[in-house]
Amino acid sequence: MQSFLLSATVYLAAAVVAVPIAKRFGLGSVLGYLIAGVVIGPSVLGFVGAEGQDVMHAAEFGVVMMLFVIGLELEPALLWRLRGALLGLGGLQVLGTTLATGAAALAFGLPWQQALAIGLILALSSTAIVLQTMQEKGWMKTDAGQKSFAVLLFQDLAVIPILAVLPLLALAPESASVVADAAADHSNPAAWAEHLPGWQRALVTLGAVALLVGVGRSVVPAIFRVIARARLRETFTAAALLLVIGIAVLMQLVGLSPALGTFLGGVVLATSEFRHELESDIEPFKGLLLGLFFIAVGASIDFPLIGAQFTLVAGLVLGLLAIKALVLWVLARFAKMSSDQGLLFALALAQGGEFCFVLLSFAEQNAVLPTRVTGLLVAAVALSMAATPLLLLFWERVIAPRAVREPGEEREMDTPEEEHAVIVVGFGDFGSSVGRLLNASGVETTVLELDSDRVELLRRLGLRVYYGDGAREDVMRSAGAERAKLVILCLGDAEANLALAQSIRKHFPHLTILARAAGRLAAYELIESGVTHVYRESVDSAMRLGADALRLLGRRGHAAWRAAQHFRRRDDENMRRLATVFRDRAAHTSLAREAIADLEASMRADGVSGAATDDTAWDAESLRREFGG
Amino acid sequence: MPRPVLILFAHPSFEKSRVHRQLTRAVRELPDVTLHDLYEAYPDHDIDVKREQTLLVAHEVVVFQHPFYWYSVPPLLKQWMDLVLEHGWAYGSQGDALRGKTRQVAMTAGGREMAYGPDGFNRLTFREFLAPVEATARLCGMTFNEPWVVAGTHAMTPAAITQAADGYAALIRRLGAP
Repeated sequence: MQSFLLSATVYLAAAVVAVPIAKRFGLGSVLGYLIAGVVIGPSVLGFVGAEGQDVMHAAEFGVVMMLFVIGLELEPALLWRLRGALLGLGGLQVLGTTLATGAAALAFGLPWQQALAIGLILALSSTAIVLQTMQEKGWMKTDAGQKSFAVLLFQDLAVIPILAVLPLLALAPESASVVADAAADHSNPAAWAEHLPGWQRALVTLGAVALLVGVGRSVVPAIFRVIARARLRETFTAAALLLVIGIAVLMQLVGLSPALGTFLGGVVLATSEFRHELESDIEPFKGLLLGLFFIAVGASIDFPLIGAQFTLVAGLVLGLLAIKALVLWVLARFAKMSSDQGLLFALALAQGGEFCFVLLSFAEQNAVLPTRVTGLLVAAVALSMAATPLLLLFWERVIAPRAVREPGEEREMDTPEEEHAVIVVGFGDFGSSVGRLLNASGVETTVLELDSDRVELLRRLGLRVYYGDGAREDVMRSAGAERAKLVILCLGDAEANLALAQSIRKHFPHLTILARAAGRLAAYELIESGVTHVYRESVDSAMRLGADALRLLGRRGHAAWRAAQHFRRRDDENMRRLATVFRDRAAHTSLAREAIADLEASMRADGVSGAATDDTAWDAESLRREFGG
Repeated sequence: MPRPVLILFAHPSFEKSRVHRQLTRAVRELPDVTLHDLYEAYPDHDIDVKREQTLLVAHEVVVFQHPFYWYSVPPLLKQWMDLVLEHGWAYGSQGDALRGKTRQVAMTAGGREMAYGPDGFNRLTFREFLAPVEATARLCGMTFNEPWVVAGTHAMTPAAITQAADGYAALIRRLGAP
């Protein structure tokens, strides 16, 4: 326990020190984590040592969580739209890189089996580094971001057949049965399905995927609804974690990639009302585990080996980056990407990935590759990963500013805005009236509501409503607050509404807030905290009721309507004036009395003159006086 | 001293107008010009009379920019005249707030120029149709200029619209010249 706490302290301290410094110098968090890993690793301070590999295995779960979150952000329709890039670009990338790297390995004098194994392993890129960096820099929505994502997704799929093929490439055929056993053991110990005959395995695999989709569609939202009703935040977080880990275990049982399984789970839940809440609950775990993973990569770089064979390792790193970037660049030209985006795509995916470590040790255990080769390759892959943030920094600072976009070159809109410009918080009677008006006028909204029964009801009516607490900054963020224009606060609880307005003004100052105010005091407080668009919920209906009362008393419709219109405008002006003094009880009382008297006097004066309003519109009295004699 | 120009722009479906989009763009940034979009300011037709009168006092030239609807102005502009031009302020023995200022109509019409005239389909000229506006201006002691009209907008090419916009900017600049 003590040693666990101690190493936790070392890892966390390294992250806390290194990441802000790296960010400060514009290097991005990934590079910060990697540097932290190098510093605490055996080569520099030696705080952590042999357990680095274990930590890395544990931290790989961060990748699994990341794919879950990515799945949540991807709706099935969007995934379908990406299918061309996924299969075309992804497939060609894996094929092209395998052949090119394999050819290079052949040139080094390795037998073809080893060359092919190396080619297959090095074709993979680092989902963790690429997506983390791209999200941080806001490049996910760019052409290169979308295409990189598609390729990475395909690579995750490709891991499964690569795992199956690698043992067949073993050089010593007499150990084949041992190898097969080892494959079953080492790919993942829990995978009982691997011992089944082929057709049963296929059935089990299909069954697991069907189970995942079916349960994800129906059972999971029902369970979350029950938990949400209990309003226990940590239970919800626990359930979210349980979901992700459960999917990962299920996938391991049937021998599928956990990352792929959680991704699928995420996609299935992307259309559910818990999308934003799940995303913000998993996000911190994902971030921490990924950070841990990067630290472990940094710590596992074998500097003595690199020192001993410096030119060879340097050549391997440069060769790996160059070959992969070249293949990607050719593909980018083929896919008609603009030159700056194509270059970003090529540089981003040029490194080896975290799966390379897994596959290299797997290949070693299966006697496919000798230890000497895998040791060198692990070092080369780790260094290529460490180089990626630098390459992307180079792109950002040097290439992007020089990119000249020709007018006709703007890319077609293949990715619709998933996030909407308007977020509505609170979807009771008030909020849903506002939301339906906006929807009916062709404005899409993202709606957050905390009452899970109501969410379910509204969803059944066909409205797109999400379960989520708008007061949580992370939930607002995943609901798209950073890209939205307006946020409409319709909570019935005045205090909650005010707190929400203040939090939004702090975290998302670019958002224009339109707030419902329960009454006069609530309106004052909202105005005081800087909200300009404040709507007292009772005013408009009270004015309409008042106007109808005037009509029933015999006033003409137009006169009654204008009286109400006029009263509302004056009253609103008064309220804004009173909002400046409402904390001062005496000043407020006297000003309020004055304002009420003013308003009534002006209205009464018109009552005397026979018109219902105090403007002299359509009023012939003065004309009669002047010309009528 | 340039003469400040107030453009009272009235168009209930501005979003759909090709010509007025270009016209407003041509004059929006001109110095000493205030473009006042009435349908944007008063969606509920509840005109703030005091604010409008203050604006009028601050300008020397008042332009009505609008489409020609049923041979007349759009309803909000008529409402504006009804409410803002108060007796005792704009006219009458005490009303001299607008005396000496200039009134200019700048409007668009779907029909062609030749349809407006004694021999045309509509029998009357644009100026004759605008008699109420002219009389209102005269009662307030304002100079009423010959209306500036972009006719035949139903069949206008983009190039012709651009040309009309340039002409409008020139007109506004001329009106604002010292």
